[in-house]
Amino acid sequence: MGTVAAHGLCKSFGKVQALDGVTLDVPDGSFFVVLGPSGAGKTTTLRAIAGLEKLDAGSVHLDGRDATGDAPAARDLAMVFQNYALYPRHTAYENIASPLRARRCSSSEIAAAVERMSSLLHIERLLQRRPAQLSGGEMQRVALARALVRHPRAFLMDEPLTNLDLKLRVEMRTELTRIHRSLGATFVYVTNDQVEALSMADHVAVLKEGKVQQVGTPTEVYERPANKWVAGFVGSPPISLLACHAEGDRLVGAQGWTLPRPRWTTAEDGRALLLGLRAEDLSVEQRRDASLSGELYGIEPLGDRTVVDVQVGTEILKVKARPTVTGTPGERLLVTVDLDRAHLFDADTGLSLSEAGR
Amino acid sequence: MAVSVDEAVSTGPTRERTPPTRRLGGRGRSVLEIALLTVLAVVMLFPVLWMIETSIKENRDVYAVPAQFFGFSVTIDHFKDVFVAPGGGRSDLSVAFLNSAVVAGVSTVLATVLGVPAAWAYSRFAVKAKKDQLFFILSTRFMPPVVVVIPIFLMYRQVGLIDSKLGLILIYTAFNAPFTIWMMKGFVDEVPAEYEDAAMLDGYTRLQAFWRHTLPLLVPGIAATAVFALIFSWNEFVFAIFLTSSDSVRTAPPAIAGLIGGTTTDWGLVAAASVVFALPVLVFAYLVRKHLIAGVTLGAVRR
Repeated sequence: MGTVAAHGLCKSFGKVQALDGVTLDVPDGSFFVVLGPSGAGKTTTLRAIAGLEKLDAGSVHLDGRDATGDAPAARDLAMVFQNYALYPRHTAYENIASPLRARRCSSSEIAAAVERMSSLLHIERLLQRRPAQLSGGEMQRVALARALVRHPRAFLMDEPLTNLDLKLRVEMRTELTRIHRSLGATFVYVTNDQVEALSMADHVAVLKEGKVQQVGTPTEVYERPANKWVAGFVGSPPISLLACHAEGDRLVGAQGWTLPRPRWTTAEDGRALLLGLRAEDLSVEQRRDASLSGELYGIEPLGDRTVVDVQVGTEILKVKARPTVTGTPGERLLVTVDLDRAHLFDADTGLSLSEAGR
Repeated sequence: MAVSVDEAVSTGPTRERTPPTRRLGGRGRSVLEIALLTVLAVVMLFPVLWMIETSIKENRDVYAVPAQFFGFSVTIDHFKDVFVAPGGGRSDLSVAFLNSAVVAGVSTVLATVLGVPAAWAYSRFAVKAKKDQLFFILSTRFMPPVVVVIPIFLMYRQVGLIDSKLGLILIYTAFNAPFTIWMMKGFVDEVPAEYEDAAMLDGYTRLQAFWRHTLPLLVPGIAATAVFALIFSWNEFVFAIFLTSSDSVRTAPPAIAGLIGGTTTDWGLVAAASVVFALPVLVFAYLVRKHLIAGVTLGAVRR
């Protein structure tokens, strides 16, 4: 199949710098997710790889060969667009057949390929309909079939699940993972949904304002965020960040609390730090040595769990708790902290200081 | 149509613009409005009606004093004279109509063939100083033909385009191309660029993508734009009368104008020629009446 490598992609639209030196290395056969908020340059990255966007600087290599100036057709890539871009005048069958017609396949080959795809995606009975007669989920499947019908170097997917309702999205997530495994093909998948990224990817690149923040496996990105921004973007509920500094064997919070200094920190005393605590590493139910005291601010029951907001000074901590937890706002609480799983960031640069000691 | 005249004529904006103190009773205002509209209709439509009547009157009725509105004898001789020369064979007017059809048709096709790809390019690509270019293109339409006709005349005389159909075709194309580019750009903007992107990833070139997926969606817009261009070329008078002189080249507007004057004017023939001349425009205007309105609001309506 194929590898996709983008090096130092730069692209500006007028005064907006959409891509600012984006570098990605997509290994053969991987499910590579580009994750970022809207406006981060994810779609532009994908369009640059596809050859739909002229770059200001940087290069795109496909299977190790420089393809920077190649026309989209010459790159042998397939793409699923966010709004599907199905040809409105053509039936679903013709839409799926389009890439094969462009390659002048015989009509018997085309019929066989379309049939194979439509049974894989369960759209056999939709083939004679036009896009206007299809629901969002059906259009999405047809768009997917159009991309999957041939065997390109890599598949590019631009938020293909964003326009689907939640139930369908969860269903298609599983299905896409299944298709990826059965094809063994390279997928470059763009999304702003961290759940999609964490659940489907074997590699994640986190993008913000046209710059790659971190590349790694989903576990690496979640467990060892490279900076405070990645820590805040990945994970739900979001990580709580508390201002503090080290003082001998203690961490002293700006809000007056103290915690034992984690063994792994190398930060010198007095340097402005941010302590990152994920909701599941905090508890209002267990007892541990390290704890913070605060007031109950609010309770969000989410069915399978409850998120307890605890106010420490002027800062809010999000704490994961069992669904049975109760309390009244204003009540004093002790939040215990699993310091082995906490993160420390430099308050000025935002970079993680946790890596060195682990 | 269950709408009464009252409902049909009393529109919202009129109501708002009328100051409350001066407002007449609902009934009275309607009567006033109907009266004004009737006057307007008569003023607008009487010349048309008179033209049609004259074209089917015999000559002695045309010149009758007092004028005869009804009860004249109907004839189609004038219409025959438009197409057939007195001694048999083709009349000069019929040649003029043919010239008009050729000049208007070819210049419209040229303007469309040039304008549609240009509109597509301006809509899809990052062209340097795009807004300035588009403004420049539009600005060529700011001048009325009569302003540029003398320099054009001198230039045409130098290059030998005077009194030729090609000369008229070129100048009409030049006048219609900016209009086509602007109107078509609006239509192209409405067609999502993703269809072309998708087709290019399917393995087509950009031009194939445009040809296969964008162009078919533009057909209604192209038809409307072409009709506008056609009507402009068909009606154009100033360039035609300055730049052509011989009967074999002349288009219908100067040819009909040429019938008036001399010692006597055959008003029946003038009227019949005018009716024949006006018919195609009426038919085409009827065909694109929806787009006449859409053209005004283009861009305001988002799907």
